[in-house]
Amino acid sequence: MSFIGMTITAERTSFLRRKVAGARPSRFMRPALGLLLPVGLAVLWEIAVRLGLSDGRLVPPPSTVYQTLADLARTGELQYHVAATLLRVAAGFAVGTVAGTVLGALAGYSGIARGLLDPTLQGLRAVPSIAWIPLFILWLGIFETSKIALIAVGVFFPVYLGVMGAIVAVDRKIVEVGRVFRLSGFALVRRILLPAVLPSYVVSLRSGLGLGWMFVIAAEFMGASEGLGYLLIDGQQLGKPAEIVAAILAFAVLGKLTDWLVVIATAPLLRWQDAYGTSPQKS
Amino acid sequence: MLEINRVSKTYPNGVRALEALTLTVAPGEIVAVVGGSGCGKSTLLRLASGLDAPSEGAIILDGDAITAPHEKIGIVFQEPRLLPWLSVANNVRFGLESRPREERSARVTAQLERVGLTDKATVWPRELSGGQAQRVALARALVMRPEVLLLDEPFSALDAFTRVDLQDHLLDLWADGKPTLLVVTHDVDEAIVLADRVIVMRPRPGRVQQEIVTDLPRPRDRQSAAFDFAKRRVLSALDRSLDRRASVDDGQTLADEGAARWW
Repeated sequence: MSFIGMTITAERTSFLRRKVAGARPSRFMRPALGLLLPVGLAVLWEIAVRLGLSDGRLVPPPSTVYQTLADLARTGELQYHVAATLLRVAAGFAVGTVAGTVLGALAGYSGIARGLLDPTLQGLRAVPSIAWIPLFILWLGIFETSKIALIAVGVFFPVYLGVMGAIVAVDRKIVEVGRVFRLSGFALVRRILLPAVLPSYVVSLRSGLGLGWMFVIAAEFMGASEGLGYLLIDGQQLGKPAEIVAAILAFAVLGKLTDWLVVIATAPLLRWQDAYGTSPQKS
Repeated sequence: MLEINRVSKTYPNGVRALEALTLTVAPGEIVAVVGGSGCGKSTLLRLASGLDAPSEGAIILDGDAITAPHEKIGIVFQEPRLLPWLSVANNVRFGLESRPREERSARVTAQLERVGLTDKATVWPRELSGGQAQRVALARALVMRPEVLLLDEPFSALDAFTRVDLQDHLLDLWADGKPTLLVVTHDVDEAIVLADRVIVMRPRPGRVQQEIVTDLPRPRDRQSAAFDFAKRRVLSALDRSLDRRASVDDGQTLADEGAARWW
């Protein structure tokens, strides 16, 4: 229900608006509420260091972290490392997503494919993905390929599981509509099953992306000469905590930003949804 | 011509849903199937649509055995079953994928206009009322110009007013191309408003109890005496199908009871 569509008197409308505004935090109140805790803590720490309550050497105050970030950005180092990490995540995410989607759709659609693939993949999923690092280095070398492979493995499993699980759970009644129109195989997957699982697919893409960011650090820890993970290691070895915190901040921003990109990119595909979480009434 | 030829269906769990059912429906005829729960009437439609295969016997449309969904057979379910991610117009267009673009949009536009939903073409299914959604489901099936349209309790989820409205609307749409209609319903009024022939089924396993010809002139007046008489005949056949003592007087049972009372 949208307020625009309501044909009620002006007084009634304004009454409703006031009531809604009173009942919930407004558009800007809610983000502000979320920022209160981290910003408050940062300000308190800054004050504590300025007052000399701590020397801030191991836990740098926000101003020092900001200075480090600004310096890194000025020399172009920050952009260089961010670009390296972003490229790795993008490549690994692409490979993992394609593989996870194809195999997930296959295992979801066909019982035989599921029987064949799923036990093996579930077994592999039980292996902590970091355990693959030595093998990937032996197989693929110490450069980009092994790093991208590790990230792809991290992305693959949530996407595969999400697609397969969601396809298996698609309403039989909707699938029958496809069958009535004589769809089968790839056409049924493309026109019925994939659109039907799109909402949960977006969720698995987001958790896949989250794991991608996790694994890129692991990948960059295994010997990289550029990337945010390298910056972390560099900061540790040279005793520069501000650089570590700066890299962590960059990770946080990038992770949130790419997640938001996935949400924005898929939003037009999900406008049809009629669920609690998507109703315009919920602010 | 749709021929259902000694069709039986036993489900994997051992339930015998249909027992050697034979039914022939002429082109353009409207046949309603009524019966208590478990009489296999929905099973019959699933077999006729090709969604399920019969255990014995065959379903034949114009000489072709139906073993899978067929382009000449459309179906409308109890629920609209619209695809929620497609707009109303795209739902109607769903089965026309292989046709040229101009033909597709022309047929969709015409069909939407025919069901009176031109102004809803671009909205999502979630924004439709129950009656509107079922109209879209009808349009989606009819836009394919089926020879046979199967309807599985199509209006049972709607309120009484909308239901009557849609029954009349269905007859109006039927008049366009006069497809064969096979309607499963548990609403006796609906069966008599729509059908040329009412098949009353008997449960466990599903068989034909009685066939009642209801060829009243159209449009049918739901309040007329002839309508009421047809209704009594169907209701009393339903009673007999459930081995119940007649609760309705259709003339025949009156004679039986009269004889009993006389004694």
